[in-house]
Amino acid sequence: MKFTVQDPCQLVRKSLGDPIAEDLRFVVKSVVGEENLIDMQPNRSNNYCCGGGGGFLQSGFPEARRYYGRRKLDQILETGAPYCITPCHNCHSQIHDLSEHYEAGYHSVHLWTLICLSMGILGENEREYLGPDLAELGL
Amino acid sequence: MSSHVIDVEPGKTSSFKDKVMALLPDGGNLNLCLTCGLCSSGCPATGLEDMDPRKFLRMAALGLDDEILNSPWAWMCTMCQRCIHACPMKIDIPGLIANVRKNWPVENQPKGIRSSCELALKNDTCSAMGATEEDWQFVVEDVAEEVRETQEGFEDLQAPMDKEGARFFLNQNSREPVTEPDEMVPLWKILHLVGADWTYGTKGWAAENYCLFCQDFEKWEKIVRIKAKAVDDLGCKVWLNTE
Repeated sequence: MKFTVQDPCQLVRKSLGDPIAEDLRFVVKSVVGEENLIDMQPNRSNNYCCGGGGGFLQSGFPEARRYYGRRKLDQILETGAPYCITPCHNCHSQIHDLSEHYEAGYHSVHLWTLICLSMGILGENEREYLGPDLAELGL
Repeated sequence: MSSHVIDVEPGKTSSFKDKVMALLPDGGNLNLCLTCGLCSSGCPATGLEDMDPRKFLRMAALGLDDEILNSPWAWMCTMCQRCIHACPMKIDIPGLIANVRKNWPVENQPKGIRSSCELALKNDTCSAMGATEEDWQFVVEDVAEEVRETQEGFEDLQAPMDKEGARFFLNQNSREPVTEPDEMVPLWKILHLVGADWTYGTKGWAAENYCLFCQDFEKWEKIVRIKAKAVDDLGCKVWLNTE
């Protein structure tokens, strides 16, 4: 099972930089296994915004927002991973919406969901964003 | 990307760009553009509204103030700062965009952003979805109680509220308590298992601040101060923002 991860602009490029992007990868690799993380290109401080930031999700321009998000969608699909980890609320909403809208088939998950799943403590009602392949795991 | 020719009045200079330069550190380097286009080639908003970052900046430099001040593109740039990251001259195009947004009359600003900004000021919770202190406390306690009753190993799970002197003050995007409260649980479990000394607050808990997006600095600051006071009033050392 492969995973990719979105570097939130707010967390990485706009505030704590590449060191926090490395911390993020340390956690993600610990959770999914080192060989199962496939990075998007470009990444870390050079990452592309998903299109959910700056109020775009609420500004009433859904067509423009999804046009913007096509770049991110293509980058996610290029990894071939069926899961995109989104450690930011805006990223999660936008990347989830892009997959639904373009019927891309990947899943968008919070980091906390996967941490708990990997520890075997994810409850039945906490699996909204998991695909059918992981939804029953460890229940 | 341009589909039509823009007439530039000879001798016209930008008053708006100069105003913005006075506000940004080092003038935002707005006069240093080499027109290389690295900003535009790596910007997902390029092409929307027949605009791109380089074009927007060039139009500002040419004094086309009416055009840039009225372009909805200011709301389609997410101010992600990748253009600055790519720019050899570190030109603060997002800073220019922010000030264009600020210049929009309040009544013409996107309603979803403006109304969320206003709603956050109705309660000390700062919730842009209008969640009250009572709603918040009820949902958190209700969800925590259910986990304690139904999930093995979490009989002692706490989601502390207004715990004075806790090390971490955690805030939460309104979307969770309002629309999908079960999504808060994994976070509580992680904090529980690592033995974190944390608390929520009844006031100032909502992570979002839409006044930033419409660049209403006064209201943005008011919200930040309410939140910071909530942290200080409980004597917490670290303010954890989940968004």
